[in-house]
Amino acid sequence: MRTLLFILQKEFKQIFRDPAILRLIFLMPIIQLIVLPQAADYEMKNINIAITNRDNSPYSQQLTQKITASGYFNLVTYNHSYDASMKYIETDAADVILEIPTQFEQHLIKENKADLFIAINAINGVKGSLGSAYLRSIIQDYNQQIRNKLLQQPRINMVPIIEVVPMNWFNPQMNYKFFMVPGILVLLLTMIGANLTALNIVREKEIGTIEQINVTPIKKHHFILGKLIPFWVLGFVIITIGFVIAKLVYGIVPIGSFITIYIFAAVYLLAVLGLGLLISTYAATQQQAMLISFFLLMIFILLGGLYTSIESMPLWAQYITKLNPVAYFIEVMRMVVLKGSNLSDILPQLLSILLFAVVLNSWAIYSYKKRS
Amino acid sequence: MNNDKVITAHQLTKQFDNFIAVDHISFEVSRGEIFGFLGANGAGKTTAMRMLCGLSLPSSGEATVAGLNVYTHNEEIKKRIGYMSQKFSLYEDLTVKENIRFYAGIYGMSNNYIKTKTTQLLEQLHLTNESNSLVKSLPLGWKQKLAFSVAIFHEPQIVFLDEPTGGVDPVTRREFWNMIYQAAAAGITVFVTTHYMDEAEYCNRISIMVDGKIEALDTPTALKQQYHATSMDEVFLQLARKANRQE
Amino acid sequence: MQQLISFIRKELYHIWRDKKTMFILLGMPIVQIIIFGFALTNEVKNVKFAVLDYAKDNASQRLITALDASEYFDVTAVLQQPKAIEQAFKNGSIKMALVIPQAFEQELLHTNKAQIQCITDASDPNVANTIINYTNAIVGSYQQELQQQPLPYTIEVTNRMLYNPQLKGAYNFVPGVMAMVLLLVCTMMTAITIVKEKEIGTMEIMLVSPLQPLKIVIGKAIPYLALSIINIISILLLSVFVLEVPINGSLALLVGESILFILVSLALGLLISASAASQQAAMFVSLVGMFLPTIMLSGFMFPIENMPKPLQIVSNIVPAKWYFIIVKNVMIKGVGIEAVWKETIILTGMFLFFLSMAIRKFKIRLA
Repeated sequence: MRTLLFILQKEFKQIFRDPAILRLIFLMPIIQLIVLPQAADYEMKNINIAITNRDNSPYSQQLTQKITASGYFNLVTYNHSYDASMKYIETDAADVILEIPTQFEQHLIKENKADLFIAINAINGVKGSLGSAYLRSIIQDYNQQIRNKLLQQPRINMVPIIEVVPMNWFNPQMNYKFFMVPGILVLLLTMIGANLTALNIVREKEIGTIEQINVTPIKKHHFILGKLIPFWVLGFVIITIGFVIAKLVYGIVPIGSFITIYIFAAVYLLAVLGLGLLISTYAATQQQAMLISFFLLMIFILLGGLYTSIESMPLWAQYITKLNPVAYFIEVMRMVVLKGSNLSDILPQLLSILLFAVVLNSWAIYSYKKRS
Repeated sequence: MNNDKVITAHQLTKQFDNFIAVDHISFEVSRGEIFGFLGANGAGKTTAMRMLCGLSLPSSGEATVAGLNVYTHNEEIKKRIGYMSQKFSLYEDLTVKENIRFYAGIYGMSNNYIKTKTTQLLEQLHLTNESNSLVKSLPLGWKQKLAFSVAIFHEPQIVFLDEPTGGVDPVTRREFWNMIYQAAAAGITVFVTTHYMDEAEYCNRISIMVDGKIEALDTPTALKQQYHATSMDEVFLQLARKANRQE
Repeated sequence: MQQLISFIRKELYHIWRDKKTMFILLGMPIVQIIIFGFALTNEVKNVKFAVLDYAKDNASQRLITALDASEYFDVTAVLQQPKAIEQAFKNGSIKMALVIPQAFEQELLHTNKAQIQCITDASDPNVANTIINYTNAIVGSYQQELQQQPLPYTIEVTNRMLYNPQLKGAYNFVPGVMAMVLLLVCTMMTAITIVKEKEIGTMEIMLVSPLQPLKIVIGKAIPYLALSIINIISILLLSVFVLEVPINGSLALLVGESILFILVSLALGLLISASAASQQAAMFVSLVGMFLPTIMLSGFMFPIENMPKPLQIVSNIVPAKWYFIIVKNVMIKGVGIEAVWKETIILTGMFLFFLSMAIRKFKIRLA
């Protein structure tokens, strides 16, 4: 036990001796936590629209006006040729084209039926389908308006209407920052923790000090614990700073209790740091350790459920996320911060992450060999 | 078991895949001896030493250090030995004092004892003024002397030194060997690898390794006689010429 | 020149010797592009939802079946009381709850109008939004089914999804992942190798050799350029043959632009290495410092035009943003240099800027 204290002392000193690293450890998450959540808005506004109007009737102009007045669309060009509009799509100046064919108005009045043509850039599929849905709903409104005017008998509904009344629980204003800020905090915590530990032991290997450690009677688990605990403490500092920023900048206060979050974070950090140490025991150089941790972190972060939803992934990828500690913490953050879930609600996640922590750390202790 | 033999090796072998780094070597080292372990680069000196220190698992053969089996009691052995590796192994980003305190702590020495002994040691090394400087800032010679002192700080029975004087000036080397003599006089057995032949003359006994085998083992005087040489350099050259292995 | 070549050869040996690292360097992009190409999608599918059906009539049953039958929704629970909704949300087992009021069918038949309530878990507002849109769409088409005779004065809208008619996630994410992998790998690797030489002191040895610093730096970067070109090739092969993302534009232009982007990343790595004192610092800046900003500000996760103005300006300094635009345009839209010359000039400018900054920093260190 006393040996452990000596190791801890040494590790803490080394961390605090390098002000450059220390600055990075604290400044980077602070800056990123303040800046990045602002970027995370899927909601579509300012869709750039190119309108090709070949009709030039009052109706087609009314429609154009209705679209530009809706607030969702931003008219970038109004012309008479589809090809001209297509140029705008090709240079990303426009996202969607609405083509109003010749004799649109005439067809609508005389033949009871008229066509409109939408072409939308769908490279980003969701952007594409949402954009076209907005546009179509405006057109439908306009359609109803005309119908009412022409029929002049809007007494009973002609169409059976089922009105969907949306209710957004836990986040009625649909403020995506409530969701993003805790999520980004998890990502930052994970990256910092895993990277610092991943480089730590392998660094001693590169410098050669590990040999000197290995000829001492130090216990393997003392050594690993000595490496783990300082970063564990550091992790708590970062997460606390993160919640202070969340409160001050975004006014986010968890509905659930901080205790629940910190209990989960305590176990989670053990798992992430254990992973880093495991990488470190296997890697021969810092370069290798960095590459492996980059590889894993990229998968963890992109498949963590923050950016894209896990349910929509193919089944095999959903199984991969079962092995992704980040996915658990993001889910727990969401549950506790926004839904006020308590310890018993998050028990399944807590137990899973505990299993991660135990397995990864025992593996790290096992794979750290004092004798080759 | 002869109590005076603090290191024994019998047919000790280390094989990496197809390469036999250490090839059935046998020798004994007595208490208080300065035992020189010589050989060209790549002859297998460091590997042999690492097996004795418990850093490397032998492929076959037997060995004991401080009366303990290297296979089964490697962690016990570590309590009784000191080690200074080829690579400089103190923490450059810790101060002189912090390094001493850390290593002494790992060996389980009491705080009070660490304190008094540190003061003593720093005085001896004329490093009292530097005790709070980062090791990084010390000249190489001082670093080496400090590393040696740290290796024997916990008063081990045996100290293993792997090319301890590599890259330091002749004056510092001289001082370094004085420290080795002092340690030996205090009863610490010294096991040292080197390729400086003048240093070999300072040892009580030396072994010369060629291609993983011990080709010669005796006192420097006896070896010179045996090979009809005037210096250890000549002895070494005669033996090294047989080598097939290149680094 | 001779010197430079022998120096590059030495660097190649270093990489070649370290098989583990090389394996990771070449294998990583392959694994990532496959995983992300298939797994990443902004679409929301298989949303688990619960039903609280007070009506329990024919119409409500048909509506639930319609939702369940779509690929977007799966009914996982039938609840009996409103309290159960909250519990289901809290333990995360559902994302949406559909509440159908009593006498749903009667209302619908007699007044032609009825309401249903769609409660979403808006703790992920983006998903919640999409769920509501999908629900609206499905309920809408169910309405159409109920409608018997055609309506007068109907505007029929024909919809065409340009470039990506099947709305595959890979069309968007492959260019994005390409940008991320190339940028981070190149930047990290150059930064780290050079800082490593500084750390172990071999940099000093090279600096006193007759080799000019510029050549040293170029020699360090060229092997990674070569490795990255191999990576581009394997990524492109995978996207075409495995992910079925076509290369509609000129392959030569695409590869050329990718090399330009790699050069930018290498130069950025050099700049970081000139300022960082330890490998750890270099890695921190290049990985922790660049990872999330690249994901979030390059436009591949979140549309840049949705961001607040200051952030849109900040996004301009993210090299991956420009490369992402180029790849999307050249690879998927199939346009030529005339559509991406602006982005090309910006990347070239970034390359020159990073490189000259790096050289200046190295020179200052020497003086």
